Amino acid sequence: MAEAQTEEPERRDSPPKPGGPTPVVSVRGLWKVFGPKAERVPGSAELRGLGRRELMERTGCTAAVRDVGFDVSPGEVFVVMGLSGSGKSTLVRCLTRLIEPTAGQVVFEGEDITGADPGRLRELRRSKFSMVFQHFGLLPHRQVLDNVAFGLEIRGMGRAERSRRAMEVVELVGLAGYEHSYPDQLSGGMQQRVGLARALAGDPDVLFFDEPFSALDPLIRRDMQNEVIRLHREVGKTMVFITHDLSEALKLGDRILIMRDGRTVQCGTGDELVGAPADDYVRDFVKDVPRADVLTLRRIMRPATGGDALDGPELGPDVVVREATRAVLAAEKPVRVVEGGHLLGIVGDEEILSVVAGHPGGA
Amino acid sequence: MAVAADAAGPAARVRTRITRPMAVAAIVAVWLLLFAALRGRQTLTLAAADLTSLHHWLNDVDDSIGAHRNSNPLFLYFFNEIRLVIDHLVTFVQGLISQPTGGRPVPQIGWLGVVGLTGYAAWALGNGRVALLAVAGFTFFGLQGLWQESMDTLALTLSAVLVALLIGIPIGVWAGLSDRVGGIVTPFLDFMQTLPTFVYLAPLTLFFLIGGASATITTVIYAAPPAIRITAHALRSVPRVSVEAAESMGATRTQQLLKVLLPMSKRTVVMGVNQTIMAALAMVTIAALIDAPGLGKTVVQALQSLDVGTAFNAGLAIVVMAIVLDRVTTAAAARAETARGAGPRPRAWRRPLLAAGAVAAAVLVYLSHTYVWAAEFPGDGATGHHIASAADTVTAWLQDHLSGLTNTVRDVVTDGLLNPFQTLLTDSPWWLVGTVLVALGAVLGGLRAAVTAAVCVGLLVGTGVWSDAMTTLASTAVATALVMLIGVAVGVWMGRSALVDRLVRPTLDAAQVMPPFVYLVPFLALFGATRFTAIVAAVVYAAPVAVKIIADGVRQVPESTVEAATSAGSSTWQIITKVQLPMARGALTLATNQGLIYVLSMVVVGGLVGAGALGYDVVAGFSQGELYGKGLAAGLAIVLLGVMFDRITQAAARRTRA
Repeated sequence: MAEAQTEEPERRDSPPKPGGPTPVVSVRGLWKVFGPKAERVPGSAELRGLGRRELMERTGCTAAVRDVGFDVSPGEVFVVMGLSGSGKSTLVRCLTRLIEPTAGQVVFEGEDITGADPGRLRELRRSKFSMVFQHFGLLPHRQVLDNVAFGLEIRGMGRAERSRRAMEVVELVGLAGYEHSYPDQLSGGMQQRVGLARALAGDPDVLFFDEPFSALDPLIRRDMQNEVIRLHREVGKTMVFITHDLSEALKLGDRILIMRDGRTVQCGTGDELVGAPADDYVRDFVKDVPRADVLTLRRIMRPATGGDALDGPELGPDVVVREATRAVLAAEKPVRVVEGGHLLGIVGDEEILSVVAGHPGGA
Repeated sequence: MAVAADAAGPAARVRTRITRPMAVAAIVAVWLLLFAALRGRQTLTLAAADLTSLHHWLNDVDDSIGAHRNSNPLFLYFFNEIRLVIDHLVTFVQGLISQPTGGRPVPQIGWLGVVGLTGYAAWALGNGRVALLAVAGFTFFGLQGLWQESMDTLALTLSAVLVALLIGIPIGVWAGLSDRVGGIVTPFLDFMQTLPTFVYLAPLTLFFLIGGASATITTVIYAAPPAIRITAHALRSVPRVSVEAAESMGATRTQQLLKVLLPMSKRTVVMGVNQTIMAALAMVTIAALIDAPGLGKTVVQALQSLDVGTAFNAGLAIVVMAIVLDRVTTAAAARAETARGAGPRPRAWRRPLLAAGAVAAAVLVYLSHTYVWAAEFPGDGATGHHIASAADTVTAWLQDHLSGLTNTVRDVVTDGLLNPFQTLLTDSPWWLVGTVLVALGAVLGGLRAAVTAAVCVGLLVGTGVWSDAMTTLASTAVATALVMLIGVAVGVWMGRSALVDRLVRPTLDAAQVMPPFVYLVPFLALFGATRFTAIVAAVVYAAPVAVKIIADGVRQVPESTVEAATSAGSSTWQIITKVQLPMARGALTLATNQGLIYVLSMVVVGGLVGAGALGYDVVAGFSQGELYGKGLAAGLAIVLLGVMFDRITQAAARRTRA
């Protein structure tokens, strides 16, 4: 969230235009079909168009992921959101090939990992990416420290070195003092901190989160979300985050991909999803979101016309409405939305109030 | 489901539900009518000493195998090799603890060393309490005057367990990892579990001769399936996400197995070891029938001479050994569970203590190796004599004072239930009984069960012991009915009351741990050597399983359903008969199935105490060369009965569940 301002132009396009930073993860035409002779489905123009039920009747197959494509930029928090059964957990497992994709490409730092042999895949998993699971997946017979060091142990790192490194990470996630506890002696939130520490211990380039906080109490969930934001600020890892919780998605995600029945419904910033929903499904989804927290001035501004006074205060286009409300209402004249010295538009009391009072926004 | 069931479905279901009991009644009525008309014709009776051509042929096979044992390559390079390896192992372990060896008049380790080692192992693997129990139990063997017999049983059990685990755990791991291997192994294990235990005995003696080696091999065959099954189950129940997490971190298959799957399934695997040990002990005592040394042999010999006191003394030793082995391995499983929760502190003082204990045990072993007083158990087993004579006294007293009661019970069941049923089965023409069995299979279990029943009936006729099989069938049916009676009464009681469950369940567990022989002794004392004694022993052996299954079935009836019935004003009796038992119907059929199998597996043991029929044929086949073939055929007949009823009841269970 912190560097959202500086990267805005690249992030809001999807997929990004050439010339932006090279994406860390780039997914193209990804399919995962379960069932007999699954591999024929993505290739067949006829079958790929079928709905869930027809596909089941015709072929006995279920398509969990259908033709999904997106790019994740370095340092970005990319959220995949959808209800249960939408294919999001399958998608994230396809990215690390815990589940083999049926078709498509997953390019990781320029390398198509769908073709990687088992040895190369293990190497990538050991050093380049790691995963945090909904139900933690901790080893009950190992102390916290040994759980955190597990990935390092698998790589063949010596005991002293991996313990030292694991201890650093244990401290980073705020578990100092619990390193000799066993997982079942910890609360759910603390267990997930262990999962987080285990994922961070190998110093990966990308962290995958599979609904990591869904099993936790709401208060603990909020703590853990803040923890992820803090860690992101401190270590700056690229993150791919799976969730079914829209507020979590909006809170953490630089960009959000909404999935339904295995397909991408919309991919964009929170501002785009709320301000310009692609269809009724998304509109219905974002209906109850506090719009002032998500919409930016860019979304609600109007072009300046001849009658507007152009000497009001200046604000950036990515300031969210709630933060701008006081400034806009206090100013005598409309606020000018300026980016890089250019005047993009103006925002007056009318635009602000229509958002804050809950009427449809400027878009 | 609701969509799939077309309009014909409900109508058909109503029709079958009405007709199934009526069909059974009709079959029985026709049977009785035809029985009255055709009584005594084509009954295929065969006198005890008579043999059919199949039996002669089996005798010839036995003779020819005996003659070519050392020239046929299959024997020379396969069976004999296996026997040799096992024989070496058994002789080695016996030389350590039970038999004189290497020019010594005593084993390598005397009683003091064995007691010390056992206590130490129990303490190191389990806890202090079970260590005390183990020391007390093993000392008791010496006091009973049964030290050497106990050590022979222990030696055979340990050898068999060792081999069973060496084979079973790797196969279990493999079956747990690979769905395909699991799919291949499971039906085999199912089949082996439905086979009555001693059925392995007869064919194995054909290949491995009688004695310690084939006793061990039989025991391995009997004891390995639980190890395989439980190990596979343990690996499969490791949470998917833990394996996935390891995989996502780049663990190789070997790393996943060694660092995740095996450590996380350790506790369950130890429980599998417990099951293996208990199964092995039970089988080692039964293997006395093929001349396995040890406590079982003492019991068998005493039973054959109706020496209740000696049989009781040795039976008591078996029970004590079963309790010691069970408690120690259970405690070991508990330690595997709690060790990780204990944290690093207790471990700090535990290690030097373990070392000190090891030194002490080593000193005891050395003493028992060197000095006669520590090698041979002192005294002459006076306690054993006391126990035996006390048992004799009690038996005599019971026979004097309770014989009226016990004889009445025996006569009522024998005359009122067993004899008429047995007459019906044995005096009907064979084809009539066969048709009735096939028809019952068709009505209760459907077409496939009927086909199985037909094949089994055909083969039963082929074994030449049809009449004996019908006698056994009558006893089995009566015993199973009694098992179900007890099962429903106690099971419902346990299922309805947590308190009763807590009180009764340990008794059931204990009863299941005891080797089947032991049941015979007290009932032999009470009822004498009759068919009824065998039935009672079989009931006692089979009832715990049925009780447990029914109790669990009753408990699984949803609380809300019972609550709804209560709020509708049902009486307790109504709740039991109209809600809990109908909803536990699946459990009732399963209990019948298991009850039957358990009862059948006691048939041969019952043959030792006058049950006659197939059980006697098998026992006689072991001891008399000319009856070998008949015994083998009788063993096969028991298997056929088992397979037939297993398939019919399982098919019936599937139907009631559907």
